[in-house]
Amino acid sequence: MRKITEVQLPGVGVRYEFTSARGERIAVVAHRGGRQDLSLYDRHDADTCRTILELDSDDAATLASILGVPQVAASASAMQRVEGLALDWVTVTQGSTAAGSTIAEGGYRSRTGTSIVAILRDQQTIPAPGPDLVIEAGDVAVAVGTPEGLAQLRSLLAS
Amino acid sequence: MISVLAATTGNTPLAFIELGVVAIGLALLARLADRLGIPPVPLYLLAGLAVGDGGFVTFDVSEDFISRASDIGVLLLLLTLGLEYTGDELKAGLRSGAVTGIADAVLNFLPGFACGLLLGWEVVAAILLGGATWVSSSGVVSKLINDFDWMANRETPAVLNLLVIEDLAMAVYLPVVGALVAKQAFGPTALSVLGALCAVAVILALALRFGDHLSRALSGGSDEALLLSVFGLTLLVGGLAEQVHVSAAIGAFLVGLALSGPVQHRAGALVAPLRDLFAATFFLFFSFQLLPSDLVSVAWPALALTVVAVATKFLTARLATKRIGVGQRGQRRAGAALAARGEFSIVIASLGARLVDGGDLSSVSAAFVLVTAIVSPLLAKFVDRPSRSSARAGSER
Repeated sequence: MRKITEVQLPGVGVRYEFTSARGERIAVVAHRGGRQDLSLYDRHDADTCRTILELDSDDAATLASILGVPQVAASASAMQRVEGLALDWVTVTQGSTAAGSTIAEGGYRSRTGTSIVAILRDQQTIPAPGPDLVIEAGDVAVAVGTPEGLAQLRSLLAS
Repeated sequence: MISVLAATTGNTPLAFIELGVVAIGLALLARLADRLGIPPVPLYLLAGLAVGDGGFVTFDVSEDFISRASDIGVLLLLLTLGLEYTGDELKAGLRSGAVTGIADAVLNFLPGFACGLLLGWEVVAAILLGGATWVSSSGVVSKLINDFDWMANRETPAVLNLLVIEDLAMAVYLPVVGALVAKQAFGPTALSVLGALCAVAVILALALRFGDHLSRALSGGSDEALLLSVFGLTLLVGGLAEQVHVSAAIGAFLVGLALSGPVQHRAGALVAPLRDLFAATFFLFFSFQLLPSDLVSVAWPALALTVVAVATKFLTARLATKRIGVGQRGQRRAGAALAARGEFSIVIASLGARLVDGGDLSSVSAAFVLVTAIVSPLLAKFVDRPSRSSARAGSER
């Protein structure tokens, strides 16, 4: 992950920027109302930049999930290469006892030894969900652990 | 509204026709301004000159209504100024930008103040003209930054921070001049200035402390309920402030400051159309009372003042942006944006309308705003042409 610089724009929102591997300076202006502008700085004149995309909040969420999915998949396949570690997608079934309670309340890590590394919900990815996240029926939990642990997790989430 | 009109004029149909014509005229001007890429305020002012006293057309029937509507316009302008920034932004601005804020105040207050004194005005009128040259128009500046796609630019945070500080400074400046205008003799003046400042300090402290409660209390209902409560609160506090000789405008400003959190943005969005409506009437009415010949007679001092006050804003912008490592082109862009004066300069000038030199003050301020508001977007276009070294980089848009 690159270093993100954050600059407050009073009355407007926040500007985030970072330098890409190819040396391009990329900025996102997050407006208060949810609009997000993606801008690119001129390579030769650091003071000048150009807005490439103006996104409303839905556009931004869509773009984020498109850009985010390969990230999750990449880190997942990296983990699968570790000896004895498995990764699985577990769908939370309708009427499961897990639905409606938080990850902490479920105690999945202590009960099964597995970690939920992401939740896929309504075509959106919630990467690294916190213990306070409430699991809903229909969620897909991406979990890492031993094959046995994952089988136990499946029985907890899908029962 | 109907009963108000009928009561004051006794001729409702004619009043409707006059108001309708006025509104349509303003609408056409707003479209023209958009087409030309300039803010609408100067065109409204010109329209007021054309139809007001000594103009081509006079409105007899609806003038009372327009006058009242223009008073409401001032309140709504200041309410939205107060709504513009969150308490955290104000605090952060004060912490990080106090030095540039003071430079901004000194550099841009002095031209107007000196011009007033040179014209032989009373000191209070000169102080008001100083205020008019001091404050950039946050509306015009942010529109320029948006239109020219400067939002992600390096200089923009510094420009916006200056606007925040001017905003805060108004909380001190407005009550002081309000008290100065209200009382003339020295002894009571010092007292009333002190009184006004204390009143503002108390309200500000209350607003920052209990603003959350107020915001939470208002946030529950529908948009309709929120609009009515904010509008009502603004008029109520404004009226009460005027009763205790702090200007109504300041009361409205403080209401805006007191609102925070999500309700602040919601209220801002809801009030904006209402403000545009009433504020347009305010600019029109302001120049209603001016004679075109008055404006011509102050043309030279106003022009000289414009040249100096645009230059001082460029200097301010240079000071503010150089510190954060912005290059020359960015510095010039910041200057062009900040050079725009607009609605608040007119609001400040209108506070002194009843002074002996009030007429001259209004004329100079109107001429000054007319020129700066038109010149600033043109300057912005001019200074942002790519320099030869960067033209190659394809930075055109």
